[in-house]
Amino acid sequence: MKSRRMSSELRPAMGFLMPNLIGFLLFTAGPILASIYLSFTSWDALRPPHWIGLGNFTRLLGFHHTAQGWRAGDPDFWRYLGNTFYMLLVLPLNIAGSLGLALVLNQRLRFQAFYRLVYFLPSILYGVSIFFLWKYMFQPNYGLFNAFLGKLGLPPLGWLDDARLAKPALIFMMVWLTIGGASMIIYLAALQTVPEELHEAARMDGANRWHQFWHVTWPALRPATFFIFTMGLIANLQWNFDVAYIMTDGGPYGTTTTLVFYLYLKAFRFFEMGYASAIAWILFAMTLVLTLIVRSRSGETNL
Amino acid sequence: MKFTARTLWHVPLLLFAVTMVMPLALMVTTSLGTVQMALDPGESLWHVFWPRVWHWHNYVDVWKGNVGLDPRVPAQVNFIRYYINSVVVAVCVTVGNVFTSACAAYAFARLRWPGRDRVFLIYLATMMVPAPVTLIPQFALMKHLSDSLQVIAPFINWSGLRYLGASATAPLVGRLVGLDSYFALIVPGLFSAYGTFLLRQFLLTIPRELDEAARIDGATHWQTFSRIILPLARPGLATLAIFTFMGAWSAVLWPVVVTNLESLYTLPLGMQEFQAQGGTQWNLMMGASLLMLLPVVIVFLVGQRSFIRGLTMGAVKG
Repeated sequence: MKSRRMSSELRPAMGFLMPNLIGFLLFTAGPILASIYLSFTSWDALRPPHWIGLGNFTRLLGFHHTAQGWRAGDPDFWRYLGNTFYMLLVLPLNIAGSLGLALVLNQRLRFQAFYRLVYFLPSILYGVSIFFLWKYMFQPNYGLFNAFLGKLGLPPLGWLDDARLAKPALIFMMVWLTIGGASMIIYLAALQTVPEELHEAARMDGANRWHQFWHVTWPALRPATFFIFTMGLIANLQWNFDVAYIMTDGGPYGTTTTLVFYLYLKAFRFFEMGYASAIAWILFAMTLVLTLIVRSRSGETNL
Repeated sequence: MKFTARTLWHVPLLLFAVTMVMPLALMVTTSLGTVQMALDPGESLWHVFWPRVWHWHNYVDVWKGNVGLDPRVPAQVNFIRYYINSVVVAVCVTVGNVFTSACAAYAFARLRWPGRDRVFLIYLATMMVPAPVTLIPQFALMKHLSDSLQVIAPFINWSGLRYLGASATAPLVGRLVGLDSYFALIVPGLFSAYGTFLLRQFLLTIPRELDEAARIDGATHWQTFSRIILPLARPGLATLAIFTFMGAWSAVLWPVVVTNLESLYTLPLGMQEFQAQGGTQWNLMMGASLLMLLPVVIVFLVGQRSFIRGLTMGAVKG
């Protein structure tokens, strides 16, 4: 009886699933399998792919001995990997900032909704328009930042044109964009779930504000922090393409080229599609390993 | 309002609010100022935030694409075209994605069929794989489609169909399928494992008795789905719709990869044309940026509650 019922629902189920499943196979599952294959090939998108085994991976990750000592197979890869990690600095800054804002806003202040909306505003506007706005403000000749520096009698800076300043400038922009965004909202919601009795008990025991925060609030916020950190990690490792594309084109001298941008350059400017596929899988492995490390260290199991 | 120590918090909070808003204010005022002002704000910093004359006409120039510094040179940027393209792509992707996700979610959450959990597990597993992995094979697929179209076209003598109307104001441009087509911009966005997952979780929270009662009353699956489940799932659908719309509206990588044809550019690509004309008219660029932000602001204001729910979903228990 039970099995007859199951088979009777297979037909409608396939009807409901079919549109999605076809797209899923064509644009997600199929491409994932194809990408595994491509990462073991050399392919210029014109002639058929040519199997080279682990060649891409050994070139990316390998080192070889030369007269000058050990040399990386692809020094650019290591440099851009460094850039990618440098840009991860956005994460702790964002977490500290948004937690601070949430803590202040969580006291029953007047106009809380107003502040929340204003802080939240930049994050919903995230996109090309905002990147152009900041590109304008960072312009060395006529940008707002140098105009301000000029008023203060300070020399102008190169900002995005300066190899030393480009990354910090982008990090500054990203923090402005994200500090009042999802992470602040998540912290505000999470703070509502911290039981007031815990604070009261801590106060009874003579804990000052800092102790209360460190021993009561912060541990209670751990799932939220873990969530924000993991999501931020994934976003930062994989989705920082558009910033570089619009604002710096990966420059100056590759100082703002991250791995995703490198992948794009390899695939669509140098047409080394197989090599780019290998980069994509290394990116995946990095994300996975980092997420697992964070997860095991935080003792969090529900993500 | 009583003055207490707590009131003092308003000082840093307000200062911070000003910092957050200042760049956005600059965007608005620059878009209404002259290009001379935009290219030399140091001359009078005060007037950067309060133009001497408000040049509303800038927005006409943006819309018409008169971005050349020389007024005798006619419009060079087809802003209207980019705007239409963006709206078409984002709306199609949003409607399509929500629909296919909802249908699949119904099959996963409500129907019993052999292999269901295994298939769902595969969906879940692919969510871990980052988009850059699928980018190149998806591009290859599109390229293959346009190549095969090119091979077939001369034999069947339908080459007229290859490019549907070349003029910039034609409703449809580009190839039928493959690179440089609406197909490439829209179709891969119509399905997402994430959307399916999100809506399946949402459907599981709807009491089963409701649709079981409908089934007993003789409703077909489609009737149950469209009349009972969909209306009840509206908050979940709204959340998915907002996130999908915002993602499609600001997408850069995929359109960059699949479009070379200028008349198929969406806004993120088209906006770059504003700076390509030997010297950027930053006032017009800011005006274009603001026009691009408009739908995002509207969608946010309309769906604020669903948006916030989507952000905290999964992050906060209870």
